[in-house]
Amino acid sequence: MTSTQQMGDYKTVQTLETFSFLPELTQEEIYAQINYVIAQGLTPSIEHEHPSQAFNHYWTMWKLPFFGETSLERVVAELEECKRAYPDHHVRFMGYDVYTQSQGVCFVAYKGRS
Amino acid sequence: MSNTYQAGVKEYREKYWTPDYVPLDTDLLACFKITGQPGVPNEEVAAAVAAESSTGTWSTVWSEHLTDLEFYKGRAYRIEPVPGDPDGFYAFIAYPLDLFEEGSVVNVLTSLVGNVFGFKALRNLRLEDIRFPIAFIKTCNGPPNGIQVERDRLNKYGRPLLGATTKPKLGLSAKNYGRAVYEMLRGGLDFTKDDENINCQPFMRWQNRFEFVAEAIHKAQAETGERKGHYLNVTAADPEAMYERAEFAKELGMPIIMHDFLTGGFTANTGLAKWCRKNGMLLHIHRAMHAVIDRHPKHGIHFRVLVKCLRLSGGDQLHTGTVLGKLEGDRNTTLGFVDLLRESFIPEDRSRGVFFDQDWGSMPGVFAVASGGIHVWHIPALLNIFGDDSVLQFGGGTQGHPWGNAAGAAANRVALEASVKARNEGRDLERESKDILTEAARHSKPLAMAMETWKEIKFEFDTVDKLDVQ
Repeated sequence: MTSTQQMGDYKTVQTLETFSFLPELTQEEIYAQINYVIAQGLTPSIEHEHPSQAFNHYWTMWKLPFFGETSLERVVAELEECKRAYPDHHVRFMGYDVYTQSQGVCFVAYKGRS
Repeated sequence: MSNTYQAGVKEYREKYWTPDYVPLDTDLLACFKITGQPGVPNEEVAAAVAAESSTGTWSTVWSEHLTDLEFYKGRAYRIEPVPGDPDGFYAFIAYPLDLFEEGSVVNVLTSLVGNVFGFKALRNLRLEDIRFPIAFIKTCNGPPNGIQVERDRLNKYGRPLLGATTKPKLGLSAKNYGRAVYEMLRGGLDFTKDDENINCQPFMRWQNRFEFVAEAIHKAQAETGERKGHYLNVTAADPEAMYERAEFAKELGMPIIMHDFLTGGFTANTGLAKWCRKNGMLLHIHRAMHAVIDRHPKHGIHFRVLVKCLRLSGGDQLHTGTVLGKLEGDRNTTLGFVDLLRESFIPEDRSRGVFFDQDWGSMPGVFAVASGGIHVWHIPALLNIFGDDSVLQFGGGTQGHPWGNAAGAAANRVALEASVKARNEGRDLERESKDILTEAARHSKPLAMAMETWKEIKFEFDTVDKLDVQ
């Protein structure tokens, strides 16, 4: 039995699906996930959206998915460019899987500055 | 076969043992594990099983000569010894497609596991596997939505989904039950679940439960910004009541309902799956009663057959055991039927108990649900075993947390995400599980407390039903 002193209060948090329960990912950690997407043969893709609209299924695409792209540097450059263009938006990174018609990876890489 | 009628009893093998037969792509193939009565040759026993599960009866009858039984009969075409079992043998039987009603697993089972299982010439009989021909599969509705649609509707990608069965399993009032659900969902679970024996008892009538749970879901969704669901159990005493409950869940805007496919029966299940397809509802499937049917290694029906039948009948999630928790399940066998549940083509692989190539064509895949006596320490290994297309469910392992349900849910979510991240970074989930969780717990007090609470719990008993190997 937990005594009253030992009990903690769990505060509800607004979260953004996969990886949002972890501390904010560092640059290196984001790069590792991009490398995983490339190694799995998934198509890297970037989307962004204003936090007030984050619950919607559709976010706005950044350009088109990067079909056939295998360079970490180029994907990182796109992520940075998207973040600079929409500093108040969430930016999510995903890997499209053509076989399952789903996404093998999807997480918010940068949260919009509020 | 001469076309003259001679009354009397013939040996089954004269007609039903056909070792030269080459099965057709449209045949339904079955593998039975058989222990015959002493002194009866294996070919005769195999032929008897083929006969009794298809066109044969114990005596010849004149009306056989009004049809072409060569076209309709089942054929035993191969027998093999069972490794490690001197009394048993495998019999492979081919059934022509026309023996079965289109779209009816009920009809298939009524033939294949009907009267033949009580046949006196056998001591034991177990249906190990069925190869469903693609021609039959295309007549079945199958999963109402499947893995890809479920992910899209719920917006959950790149990780297993996280759930929990609401506890105590019986006896809570609807309002207190909804409280337990809300706490788990706000803490980070994707789903909560009615226990299978929650239907509509005096302590909590279904309508009352549905309403409170719906409020819990809407509130948790609004507060967390993530999509949530609760498997509202619509299993009922009769189909009319079942559909009434399903309709009400839809009215409340709920994304998912649940059914117990063996106690409820395949007819009810197939009907409900069709309703779900039509009404855009996800369907979670429980498997109460399966161990009665599938646990004995020599008699009954192997779970992989029930898995295939469920995929044909329809469901978007099916319980498969955990390998690691409190319930029975050998690892290789489980991997075999998890593939049969999710993949579109599964090659024969005896090391996983898969006896036939199985091509599902365009039939959607079903999420594997791992539930029963698992907790945070198991998460890295569970991810390694079940992969992303699974639902990991921690009932006691969420609600037994010292701070309660929300913190318990958060602990599991942190552990799961840390494990997915580590896997994608190329780390070895089973060897490094302790390090991965310990690192994650540095940023999560709920996880640290969960790890402390369940560090000693293990369920190490030998499996009763093992694969047949020397």
